[in-house]
Amino acid sequence: MRNHYLYTCAALLSLYLVFHSCQHEQAIRTAQYAVNGQKLYVANCQNCHGTKGEGLGGLYPPLTDSLFLNTHREQLACMVKNGLSGPIEVNGQVFDTEMPANPALAPIEIAYLLTYIGNSFGNTMGIFSLEEIQAALAACEADNR
Amino acid sequence: MRIAPLVGACLLGLMAGCKQKSHNSLPILGHREPVTKVIDGNTVTDTLYHSIPDFQLLNQDSVLIDNHTFDNGVYIANFFFTHCPSICPIMQRNLLKVYEKYKGDERVRFLSHSIDFRHDSPAVLKTYAEKLGVTNDQWQFVTGSKADIYNLSDSYMVYTKEDSSAPGGYDHSGHFLLVDQDKHIRGAYDGTDDTQIQLLFDDLEILLKEYE
Ligand code: HEC
Repeated sequence: MRNHYLYTCAALLSLYLVFHSCQHEQAIRTAQYAVNGQKLYVANCQNCHGTKGEGLGGLYPPLTDSLFLNTHREQLACMVKNGLSGPIEVNGQVFDTEMPANPALAPIEIAYLLTYIGNSFGNTMGIFSLEEIQAALAACEADNR
Repeated sequence: MRIAPLVGACLLGLMAGCKQKSHNSLPILGHREPVTKVIDGNTVTDTLYHSIPDFQLLNQDSVLIDNHTFDNGVYIANFFFTHCPSICPIMQRNLLKVYEKYKGDERVRFLSHSIDFRHDSPAVLKTYAEKLGVTNDQWQFVTGSKADIYNLSDSYMVYTKEDSSAPGGYDHSGHFLLVDQDKHIRGAYDGTDDTQIQLLFDDLEILLKEYE
């Protein structure tokens, strides 16, 4: 009986430790991606979307609309890679300006960028892994075919 | 090549600045020439300062405007194009801050020249201005022939060039030029640099004091 109790405790403890260190590792990786992403953001996106992701008037949409970002999570990689045009609604406002494509961005760079955006400006989207980005890009390439 | 005229302008500005002890007046930038005249038998030497030549350009309401549109006030000029993917959004975001501060104050006007004479028709400029948040005619967005715009950019000491290798197809410098009532350039500011924008805010107040 007593042994049983100890075993359960030990099992729970090790589970907790594994889980905790996993979480810890994940948090470190997210932070790492976000740091790399910030540099890319400054170089490629900040001119239009602003230092705080605030956008510019009715020209460039803000990146602060978590609802938009969450509901378009699977499309974001393709938006960044291929650009975007046509009317979209962000923060309750309709935008209809062309966003240029970024053909030179590698999938891992898009992962960095979206991890930065997705965890800044009030967003809490967690990490965008390389696998997630590759799958998203493959899906929109299939659509375009 | 691109910075030579500006460096020249800055040097001249510095030289002019040295002569004036007070920091409360702005230099006149650009080329200057002594002119000698004989008045009442006396030989007088005067200085001819660089100034913006007369122009006629089509604005966002398809109305021809000219240099007199900016009489009785000072104005800030720049060069951009609407689908510019690089520096223009930063410039226009910064110029919007100045516009918002002086909105309704007719002593200060704004003039953005499009260097994309192919794409930026008055209708395109109108939509752009509205989206940017410009709601009155204090800020004019203009288009003209390639020759008109590119010659004018030279007088404003701004580098502009059609260049297929540049982002968006045009290479240009992102400067703001502060122009006084006599069409003299009194300051040049990098429109993408926050500290330079602060300087513009300060200089604008100094210039406006000249007319009080
Ligand atoms: C030249 C200006 C410009 C640049 C540079 C730019 N964007 Fe955009 N972006 C836009 C515009 C305009 C839209 C809206 C497009 C539309 O109306 O269909 C947009 C939309 C978006 C959206 C979806 C809407 C939203 O606000 O959430 C995302 C996400 C986005 N951009 C991310 C990026 C990223 C990441 C970069 C840098 C790699 C970038 N953008 C660079 C202009 C720009």
